[in-house]
Amino acid sequence: MSIRRFWRRAQWDRDRSDEMESYLRIETDENVARGLPYDEARAAALRKLGNSTVIREEIYHMNTIALLDELVRDMRYSLRMLARSPIFTAAALLTLAIGIGANAAVFSVVNSVLVRPLRYPKAEQLVALHQDAPGAAGLANAADGLALSPSMYFTYAEQNRSFQALGVWTAGTANVTGLAEPEQVRTVEVSDGVLQALGVPPAAGRWLLAGDQIPEASAASGISGRSSTVMLSYGYWQRHFGGEQSVIGRNLMVDSLPRRIVGVMPQGFRIVKAEPDLILPLAFDRGRVILAGFGFNGIARLKPGVTIAQANADLARLLPVWMDTWSNGGNTNGRWYENWRIRPTIRPLKQQVIGNVGDVLWVVMATIALVMLIACANVTNLLLVRAEARQRELALRAALGAGVARIVRSLLAESVMLGVMGGALGVVVAYAGLRLLVAIGPANLPRLNEISMDLRAFGFTLILSVVSGLFLGLIPAFKYAGPQISAALQSAGRTASVSRERHRARNVLVVAQVAIVMVLLVSAGLMIRTAQALRTVEPGFTGAEHLQTVRIAIPSSLIADPQLVTRTQNNLADKLSAIPGVASVGFASEAPMEAEPPDWDNVFPEGKIYPGDVAPLRRFENVSPGFLHTLGARLIAGREFTWTDVYDLRPAVMISEKLAREVWGTASAAVGKRLRQYPNTPWQEVIGVVQDVRQNGIQEMAPTIVYWPVLMGNLFVPTGALRVTRAVTFVIRSERAGTESFVNQVRQAVWSVNGSLPLASVRTMREIYEESLATTSFTLVMLGIAGAMAMMLGLVGIYGVISYTVSQRKREIGIRVALGAEPGALRWLFVRYGLALSGAGAAIGLGIAAGLTQLMKSVLFGISPVDPLTYTAVPLVLVAATVLASYLPARRAASVDPVETLRAE
Amino acid sequence: MPRRESPLQNEMPLGTLDMLVLQTLVLGPAHGHTIAHAIERGSEDVLQVEHGSLYPALHRLEDRGWIASFWGSSENNRKAKYYRLTPAGRKQLSVQTTRWEQVVRAIGRILKPATE
Repeated sequence: MSIRRFWRRAQWDRDRSDEMESYLRIETDENVARGLPYDEARAAALRKLGNSTVIREEIYHMNTIALLDELVRDMRYSLRMLARSPIFTAAALLTLAIGIGANAAVFSVVNSVLVRPLRYPKAEQLVALHQDAPGAAGLANAADGLALSPSMYFTYAEQNRSFQALGVWTAGTANVTGLAEPEQVRTVEVSDGVLQALGVPPAAGRWLLAGDQIPEASAASGISGRSSTVMLSYGYWQRHFGGEQSVIGRNLMVDSLPRRIVGVMPQGFRIVKAEPDLILPLAFDRGRVILAGFGFNGIARLKPGVTIAQANADLARLLPVWMDTWSNGGNTNGRWYENWRIRPTIRPLKQQVIGNVGDVLWVVMATIALVMLIACANVTNLLLVRAEARQRELALRAALGAGVARIVRSLLAESVMLGVMGGALGVVVAYAGLRLLVAIGPANLPRLNEISMDLRAFGFTLILSVVSGLFLGLIPAFKYAGPQISAALQSAGRTASVSRERHRARNVLVVAQVAIVMVLLVSAGLMIRTAQALRTVEPGFTGAEHLQTVRIAIPSSLIADPQLVTRTQNNLADKLSAIPGVASVGFASEAPMEAEPPDWDNVFPEGKIYPGDVAPLRRFENVSPGFLHTLGARLIAGREFTWTDVYDLRPAVMISEKLAREVWGTASAAVGKRLRQYPNTPWQEVIGVVQDVRQNGIQEMAPTIVYWPVLMGNLFVPTGALRVTRAVTFVIRSERAGTESFVNQVRQAVWSVNGSLPLASVRTMREIYEESLATTSFTLVMLGIAGAMAMMLGLVGIYGVISYTVSQRKREIGIRVALGAEPGALRWLFVRYGLALSGAGAAIGLGIAAGLTQLMKSVLFGISPVDPLTYTAVPLVLVAATVLASYLPARRAASVDPVETLRAE
Repeated sequence: MPRRESPLQNEMPLGTLDMLVLQTLVLGPAHGHTIAHAIERGSEDVLQVEHGSLYPALHRLEDRGWIASFWGSSENNRKAKYYRLTPAGRKQLSVQTTRWEQVVRAIGRILKPATE
């Protein structure tokens, strides 16, 4: 009601003016009719009406909301005042825009990645079926815990009481032929229940249904049967079929087998983090499913009202059921898995998606918030200086009857105005900043493509602007609004020496600023040291930029015979070696740090007895002859595989140095010793020990690794069946690695062997290496930027304060010079002042940094959060910079001409 | 700043202007000039309508929804703003009139013994 009146009053006022004008005319008419001349008639009418302005004012006031009214007036006034000192305004606005913009940008990232719900209907019900298994040593190291086996899926899905839908899935790749060039595409294989749990309706066609999960025929090997349907992603549909509806029902050749397209998922659809091109049914073959095979990610949708704890208890109840229902074949006992101490630890799906990136983002957010504090301190300092200069004006206003509250309000209005305008500019900065962030953000940052500024981010920016505006104005307002009229008016214009009292606020601000700069620089320093520490780590390969990698998979539908697969791969390796400039070639189940799903199993070294037959789990890799040599991993003892070892199926194995030391003490002692996977399988002889390789990324300790040949007897089937590694990464050492011409030659070489083999993940080892460092690099860059911004702002702050002091003390300096003070001594006077401020700030900052950097532990590597080098170097740099920042104004002090200064008085 | 300088005897008793305006409008729509005249004539010039109070009063009454306004033309074809009584205004008038009569009777009872 009152707001409406407030906005309408201007129109009402016009209405009233018209009305009174019409009154005047009527009254004049009457007076004229009574016989008065027009002028007198008009004058009489005016007299009768009285002061029309007063009447209008009275009505105007009836419709006023006093506060709002004065606020508008204060804002107008503050805008005028700001416009009057454009340099101050520009400096303050720029500082605020950068501060607020950076915060808004980072907040948008935090909001998009950590806060917003996942893009699924009722996403809060979705959970990842995470399980711990402390008894399965080695496996428990993996951050993802114990994945589900197909039999576990059957037990859980069929007997749980907690879930609306439950399924398992796994990401992989497949070769699609018959469209254009053969292409390797990303796939996700899903069991029944996965799409149902996620609940995203298809864009066309239908979901994969239970019927698609019934195997049509048993496959030659493995637990998944033959199935013949497929769903497309929106992107794949658009790329290859132009988004045509008629694609439903057509066939697609996937791994050389026809599959009927039944549906298309909508744009942006993801399964947890995976963005597949194709979604395939898992089609488990119930008759072949055993207890083991823990390679599937579980996902489920909770029934309404069921808590995670209840669901955990429900699954824990089903674990013994699972052990008793299924078997590993022969007379194995399912209860053996009790040794693993499996414990369901269900997580909200969002937590699974975000992972530990939260740590990094919060560190960045905190950093940027600190930069904001520094920016505010700087602007406050500017405002203080300005308020000092405006003391006369303020005193005059007070003398004219403005109350303290009135002046405080108008000062605050001014700073809030600054804040809001800075915020508006900040939004522009934030948009630019977001583009930068998305560009430099680590590729493995989850939900990167969901990052945007939404309503919440704008709200945050607005609140930040207003709050920082208020915060900015508070100190000057309370300092200068008080009743100091006479003092101010008397001393106005005189450059009397300034009392310590008046400097205290600015000094405190500068000390606080330096302290915060210190914290930021220490964090940035720690990240630089982390990066350094990482560079010195031997990853287990050399000359990463000269290593070309390419992934090639040979599906059984293309070449069924295992021996022939190896021959083909051998052939490929030979063709690749023949390319000019290639030094050597090898291939393996994966290249280091490639983040393929790892293989692992028990390993029993000869002569070692483990209680309960539970040997630690070891990482498995299958490697070709020459692979480790090509990689540059040093051979510590023994020899590498030869092709004769491979084709003759010799019981040979290589191990990593770490494993050799753990089991046999030294690398050389391990050569000639034997190990095996199961108590009843044949022994394998250790023929070589190789340098440790940081298989899981540079920050992770090298795992203990067993290197098997790429072709070996199937340990489960003693009848001579062979096991071959069908999906391998070729590593090619050449000076020309990474160039387009080289990649083309590689492609031609591969297709000269078999034209339907697609090349995937064509990169250099350097790229893989950088990717594993992405999070660290991102944190380093962000902290670096923040540190640099903070340092700059901090130095500007010190410079400003010293400059101001010099200008205030000109008179005193003049007297000193006149009395014969040395320029050097004068300079030292001010440099000492700057040093005292920054010294105090640095000391406080170091204390805070020692506490705060404990929070950074998870992003640091190889150094302690209180790294002595960082804690010595950073203060030294800061103090040196301070000396410079205070030397410049100090030099001006020393060049003061006493005659001029004293005469100016 | 002093806003009213009218002699005391012509001062409108507090709170009565609204009521008188409403009463005037019972007879039909009228503009400000007519309303002032009607009150002055009706009171045989005992009550002088101060324009400084009339227009704010009209504004207040309109704001409360007791009267409504429209632009029309006056007797001698001048543009003028006319006011008319709304149903709410009519009700308000009877409320105020009742209240006024009560007050007058009460004051009368107090004053009578003194004059006797």
